[in-house]
Amino acid sequence: MLRDTGLVFGRAMRQLIRNPVWVAFGITQPVLYLGLFGPLLTTIVGATPGFPPGDAWQIFVPALLVQMGLFGGLFVGFGLIAEYRAGVIERMRVTPASRTALLLGRVLRDGVVTLAQAILMVLIALLFGLRVPWQGAALGLAIMVLLGMALSATSYAVALLVKSEDAFAPLLNAVALPVVLLSGILLPMQLAPDWLYRLSRINPFSHIVDAERAAFLGDFDSRAVLVGGLVTVGLAVLAALWGTRTFQRENA
Amino acid sequence: MIHARGLARTFKTRRGAVEAVRGVDIDVRAGELVGFLGPNGAGKTTTLRMLTTLLDPTAGTATVAGVDLLRDPTEVRRRIGYVAQGGGAGPDVPVGEELITHGRLYRMPLAQARERAAELFEQLDLAGLDKRPAKTLSGGQRRRLDVAMGLIHRPGLLFLDEPTTGLDPQSRSNLWQHIRALRAEHGVTVFLTTHYLDEADALCDRVLVIDNGTIVAAGSPDELKRKVSGDAVTVTVAGTAAGTVAGAVTGTVAGDGAAAIAAEVAGRLPGAHEVAVDGATVRLRVPHGDAALPALLRELDAAGVALSALSVQRPTLDDVFLTLTGRGLRDAEAAAPAGPRGGW
Repeated sequence: MLRDTGLVFGRAMRQLIRNPVWVAFGITQPVLYLGLFGPLLTTIVGATPGFPPGDAWQIFVPALLVQMGLFGGLFVGFGLIAEYRAGVIERMRVTPASRTALLLGRVLRDGVVTLAQAILMVLIALLFGLRVPWQGAALGLAIMVLLGMALSATSYAVALLVKSEDAFAPLLNAVALPVVLLSGILLPMQLAPDWLYRLSRINPFSHIVDAERAAFLGDFDSRAVLVGGLVTVGLAVLAALWGTRTFQRENA
Repeated sequence: MIHARGLARTFKTRRGAVEAVRGVDIDVRAGELVGFLGPNGAGKTTTLRMLTTLLDPTAGTATVAGVDLLRDPTEVRRRIGYVAQGGGAGPDVPVGEELITHGRLYRMPLAQARERAAELFEQLDLAGLDKRPAKTLSGGQRRRLDVAMGLIHRPGLLFLDEPTTGLDPQSRSNLWQHIRALRAEHGVTVFLTTHYLDEADALCDRVLVIDNGTIVAAGSPDELKRKVSGDAVTVTVAGTAAGTVAGAVTGTVAGDGAAAIAAEVAGRLPGAHEVAVDGATVRLRVPHGDAALPALLRELDAAGVALSALSVQRPTLDDVFLTLTGRGLRDAEAAAPAGPRGGW
């Protein structure tokens, strides 16, 4: 299985290297957020009581990373639909290659892309004035890459089930928007009214955002890091299982 | 090479269950080139996808390349090659690279996969194209690339799904040659689906005809044609004004009356049947049409019927399909329900 994963990963990476410009495109949106929304936040953080600890960048950059992982992961399914249509998936499914590898090789490629984007993003944020202990950044990146891979596995599974961009795009939007709003990415949920805060706790991503923020503050033994870390691992395991099952099963 | 018994597949759709394949028996011997013929939607692709492990049958059993399909699909995959209808090369990937990666997914060592890829590029007239992305190849080249991918691991059994659909006539006959060579030079057993009668006729040792999820006939193209009892004979009597004048002079009959007489005369030929008159044209079927012609000519002459044309046509597979199912292959296509196809 490892060998097959490596082959599928290698094939996907070579495709990426032929078109590296997409990696850069993936971070234009978060960079825009940094430049055009971040400054707004710096003035608000100082003036608003009840903000969680940390300055505006320490609050916002980790959340942006989660958002990057979220969207970067969710959208990989489009590429898979194109591959499916070209017959690539089916051609690979008639080989004895492990079904898990067909998924995992692609997810690993996405992990590499997410990591590269995240590092770039943190470097740019440093220019904006982010201060972060390097261990914190490393932990934050690790959580974020794992999250990104969990979502890309999910995205592949959904893409294989719907098999059409027309159905896939609205589905993504329908899921992504409430998830983002209820995760405290834009503003911490600690500011929310009680009912909204409780609602956001149901959303696993709110815990991941909390963990990411705690990591960036260097708060490693906080409960937030533990809970968020476990949630991420849990999501990753579920996504891997579901994704593999989808690659294995055939349907009408 | 293939032994399938009662292989069936039912799809569940919103409007209820659709029986795409209703229990087919298939036997293919090693070294055979067998065609699976039927209109679109007849169940060809579904059957092929079951035999190639891509789709679980809802009933039935099969041994493919000596391995039980249900018990050990991975080993079946190792032993067979499959070329899907739409191909399977990534459009942006250099084709050489794609072919080698495909070989390595079959657990070939890199050096061996490279060597085999080079060999196949040579064998399938693709030499020099290995750096090109698949989307820049012509239709015929892409098809040959797909075949190369199906052959990379030297399978003893190759499945081809509609190999020549969408190809121009030249690429088509070129691909036929390659398919024939596979069997002749490399001993590969080939099982292909087609909805072209001429393709099945030109290429295959044996043809299985599938309609509505059921195999309705099996045999060599000639055997199948013999099921259509006899050759088609078409007699056109001289029905023009000139013919009538000529008839008055020479004492022969012409026109519609002549057609009726011709039909009566032809109907007396041993074994003649399905006699039909349409204006000045008489159609009938008779065993061994070529041998029956001299007698027919003599009789018509004796009856004083003047002819303007006479032809004998050996039955085509289209006639076979018509005889077996009561409708022409083209009509069957038009009427085929848009059932679940492709997809997985």
